[in-house]
Amino acid sequence: MRLITHNMLSCNIKGVTNGFPLKIEAEKVIEKEVDFNPDFLKHMFAKIEWKALVEAARAMGYGELPEDSPDVAVIESADETFLKKLHHALLEIHLEEGALVCPETGRKFPVNKGIPNMLLHEDEV
Amino acid sequence: MSSRPEFLAPPEIFYDDSEARKYTSSSRIVEIQARLSERALELLALPEDDVPRFLLDIGCGSGLSGETISENGHQWIGLDISASMLNVAVEREVEGDLLLGDMGQGLGIRPGVIDGAISISAVQWLCNADKSSHEPRLRLKAFFGSLYRCLSRGARAVFQVYPESIAQRELILRHALQAGFGGGLVVDYPHSTKKRKEFLVLTCGSVPTSINDGHKESGSDDDDDDSEDEENGMVCVSDRNRPRKKQRTNKKGKGREWVLRKKEQSRRKGNDVPADSKYTARKRKSRF
Ligand SMILES: C[S@@+](CC[C@H](N)C(=O)[O-])C[C@H]1O[C@@H](n2cnc3c(N)ncnc32)[C@H](O)[C@@H]1O
Repeated sequence: MRLITHNMLSCNIKGVTNGFPLKIEAEKVIEKEVDFNPDFLKHMFAKIEWKALVEAARAMGYGELPEDSPDVAVIESADETFLKKLHHALLEIHLEEGALVCPETGRKFPVNKGIPNMLLHEDEV
Repeated sequence: MSSRPEFLAPPEIFYDDSEARKYTSSSRIVEIQARLSERALELLALPEDDVPRFLLDIGCGSGLSGETISENGHQWIGLDISASMLNVAVEREVEGDLLLGDMGQGLGIRPGVIDGAISISAVQWLCNADKSSHEPRLRLKAFFGSLYRCLSRGARAVFQVYPESIAQRELILRHALQAGFGGGLVVDYPHSTKKRKEFLVLTCGSVPTSINDGHKESGSDDDDDDSEDEENGMVCVSDRNRPRKKQRTNKKGKGREWVLRKKEQSRRKGNDVPADSKYTARKRKSRF
């Protein structure tokens, strides 16, 4: 699972009001190269919860993202330094083994072979 | 017809390791799923601006449908309840992210972030009660409600479904509309029992006037029975098979009966039609 997906996921256990962001417990992180597409990044930028992304990237061992969300001028500028970092953080780092933890209940969703197990128990639905 | 897999066992049991492998190594299935996915993507009607979009593939299985999304240049998240199917997807190195999850429990995705969703041959599974705790209505409600929330305004969701009955199709459609979606059914190959394919095309947010993507009949001989207007939804019958069907006549041509019927139809419309005679619908000699 990549951080673009992590940034969209929230815990939907019944009764949980603040299931975002899921805390990452990383045991194994891998990287895979992906073609750089600035248009896609610009499109996605507005949807990203910045603080969650910075924290998630850090949990995966990537600390290059700026603490504060850059403004739109940076996104649109010809200098692609920032976009390249965003690209790497969102699309190239994968959580292979570990867990996602609900911030409200502490429930752990295990991640194996890159696949988070988001199945809820019957009493969580 | 072989019996429907959703009657045999719950999906996570039915799609075990061996079935997942069998499913994905059948070149026939691979081809059919690719074609269905291609059509679903077309019906998603994403803006044609070459910007990749972030899509959901619900019931993504071993990634056959997701691969079509990747080939079209988009990013995706796939959700499936069968670990075996997802393992095959991992082996095949699909480009999307995979989640093990049950759509009937609702999607745990933030509001408004997804640009579109497709689901190929999967939603009919939701109509079954596989566990005593399963109530199909509640599961459909949870699913469509959560899907509606996570889509961005104006986004579409396209479901290719094999409903078991008219009641089942209505059940699915009703829950989609109750969740706030607009839209309706698009039927490809409506006249072929074998190739007939149904797509539920749903729009999120903006009020759709109609979903008119099905290829409309243009000939006058369409007064057969394809107007199955649902109460709430819009039904659109598309006519992808018409040309081929017309060719599927015997070598001798369409036959006298057919010609007589057509002439009679035309007469009823008040057209000037030559009288029938023993020469009607006879083949000309090759050297006329
Ligand atoms: C016929 S396969 C289609 C797979 C893929 N979309 C394709 O085109 O090849 C149907 C899939 O739906 C999945 N499925 C059934 N019920 C589900 C549920 N409640 N939640 C998530 N996936 C489900 C099954 O596990 C199976 O992989």
